Amino acid sequence: MKVTTPAFKEKATEAMRDPILQKALGNVERGFVAKRKKGAASLPEFEELRDAARDLKIHVLKHLDLYLEAYERKVIASGGKVHWAESAEDARRIVTDICKRLGAKTVTKGKSMITEEIALNDHLEAEGIRPVETDLGEYIIQLRGEHPSHIIAPAVHLTKEQVASDFRRVHDHLAPDRDLTEPTTLLSEARTVLRREFQVADVGITGANFLIAETGTSVIVTNEGNGDLTQTLPKAHVVLASIEKIVPTLEDVDTLMRVLARSATGQEMSVYTTFSTGPRRSDDPDGPGEYHVVLLDNGRSSMLGTEFEDMLRCIRCGACMNHCPVYQQIGGHAYGWVYPGPMGSVLTPTLVGIEKTGHLPNASTLCGRCESVCPMRIPLPRMMRAWRAREWEKALNPGTQRFGLKLWAFLAKRPALYRLAARAGRWGLGWLAGGRGRIARLPLGGGWTRHRDMPAPQGATFMDRWAAGERPSRPTPSQTEAQS
Amino acid sequence: MTGRDTILSKIRRANASRQDDSGRRATVAERLAAHPTGIVPGRAKLEGEERVALFTEKAESVFASVVRVASDAEVPKAVADYLRSKNLPQAVRRGEDPRLAALPFDSEPQLTVAVGPSDGTDLVGLSHALAGIAETGTVALASGRDNPTTLNFLPEHHLVVVRCDEMVGDYESVWARVRSIWGEGRMPRALNMITGPSRSGDIEQTMLLGAHGPRSLHLIVVG
Repeated sequence: MKVTTPAFKEKATEAMRDPILQKALGNVERGFVAKRKKGAASLPEFEELRDAARDLKIHVLKHLDLYLEAYERKVIASGGKVHWAESAEDARRIVTDICKRLGAKTVTKGKSMITEEIALNDHLEAEGIRPVETDLGEYIIQLRGEHPSHIIAPAVHLTKEQVASDFRRVHDHLAPDRDLTEPTTLLSEARTVLRREFQVADVGITGANFLIAETGTSVIVTNEGNGDLTQTLPKAHVVLASIEKIVPTLEDVDTLMRVLARSATGQEMSVYTTFSTGPRRSDDPDGPGEYHVVLLDNGRSSMLGTEFEDMLRCIRCGACMNHCPVYQQIGGHAYGWVYPGPMGSVLTPTLVGIEKTGHLPNASTLCGRCESVCPMRIPLPRMMRAWRAREWEKALNPGTQRFGLKLWAFLAKRPALYRLAARAGRWGLGWLAGGRGRIARLPLGGGWTRHRDMPAPQGATFMDRWAAGERPSRPTPSQTEAQS
Repeated sequence: MTGRDTILSKIRRANASRQDDSGRRATVAERLAAHPTGIVPGRAKLEGEERVALFTEKAESVFASVVRVASDAEVPKAVADYLRSKNLPQAVRRGEDPRLAALPFDSEPQLTVAVGPSDGTDLVGLSHALAGIAETGTVALASGRDNPTTLNFLPEHHLVVVRCDEMVGDYESVWARVRSIWGEGRMPRALNMITGPSRSGDIEQTMLLGAHGPRSLHLIVVG
């Protein structure tokens, strides 16, 4: 997938001016945030489980090589095959080779962000193999030639009217004047159309939420059942998973299952959690004839031992983006690559390079909501700051920004001068406000005042007031409550 | 160097693993062998009737329907009643599970019972659960001739028999049973944990039932 992150600012502005997108994004804030709150409240042990989930993944990352080896042995023992892909290109080649060997014409796909990361669909099409996305959201965006705008709700940026018009355009074997006003009708239509695809597919490709070292099992978590039809019916099931998906045991999956759905959709458990181990067995009347796992690195091993290692704990629930005030305003496409929101702002620079993606770690107010809801307690704001520091070290940010920061650093290291400058600033802003209490136009600050007034400083500077003996009054209990 | 060796050596270098990693190997081997239990929610520790009640409550909260019958002998009638209530033909498909095969289907003369995996043309599938899990109202089903996986996903309606004496509180207890049947470190080809009928929230975040899997899930609790 082409990286469009350098145009982040333009795309974000466009997104905020798009009334249809803004209407659709309202569903993120109203839907996901309330659902996650309810999901977390449904289990008294939720916070304790988050700690356990974090500790579990820290343990796994320390022993990743050994768990991968153990996992591989078990997959082989159950009749499956493990392929190791260092890069996206390796992974694409491995998958294409399997499809070609089986003479595959149609490939069904369960929802998988890894396949987006390696741009698998484009590659399959170029080889004359037809990939069919079967998750409803993914199916819709495939019809539109788009990319997912959310890691668990790929079509969250669309309204039902847009979906209806796409179905009318593509499903041209159906009556053109049929009624598609109800979402249930759209769902039924997609079900019927995709049933045929499931029946004719030669290969089924899914991702994996977890890979279990104890048993050589891959796990997928879905609500629709599309992943199961994808992997059960064809000649071969290909699992594409990145190396950090490993967990040691079945019991460890329990811990992660208990936080995953609650953080993602607020469900206590997703509808289908499927544990797959190897291909069809001698006494099996159904199931895939071949079972392949493609383990993808694509830059992840180089995150180990760095300040970005914690990112490898991510279980892709999407809570960080659902709760992000920036994501809620601009949606996922503006971020310019596969992974949007706070997790994307940390992961994308790692996988694509900070040179092209410097806007992302800056597209954050560092408000910390992402970290506060992350089931794996990933310190996302800290890592976005780390990317900003790297960007600074590599001198990638614009000259004016660097000049401003250098000026601030110069003053911050000289307290007397800093106070003087602060006093001057207060006086200057007060003068500009001219008794109105707010500033409509600020020299050099047009980026702010073009959209809203700047409030004028109230009273003297903090240091002056402190020096004058002023102290904050203790908040009364009712105030504390109001704040929390 | 193969992709495998490159990836593994990159991980070892990044983790600054020493040549002698016998300590790490022992830690990993021990965890895999001991598979220690993590934090189990308090509610999963309920027993007896309270456990069945929690299972029913949780399953119904995700739009599964639940009916309780006293014994195996009453299951065929429960199946026929369900089909009637949904205005469906009196026909189901099941696997070779001996517990399903032993059910007295003769008591429902109109009901035809086909046996074997589904090719997608069946309206109703009937399976026997490996376990019911009270914690979240989930049923666990194991693949194989007894309960083919296709029956869980292709029919429009999925009926699942769950025995009270095979009802467990938590997921951990399912793993104990899996290990006792298939052995340590082994699994059935597919183990499906199913919590309610299929659904999608992909259009405007509105939850709709009946995506690709069954539109309805009916649980027949026996005992």
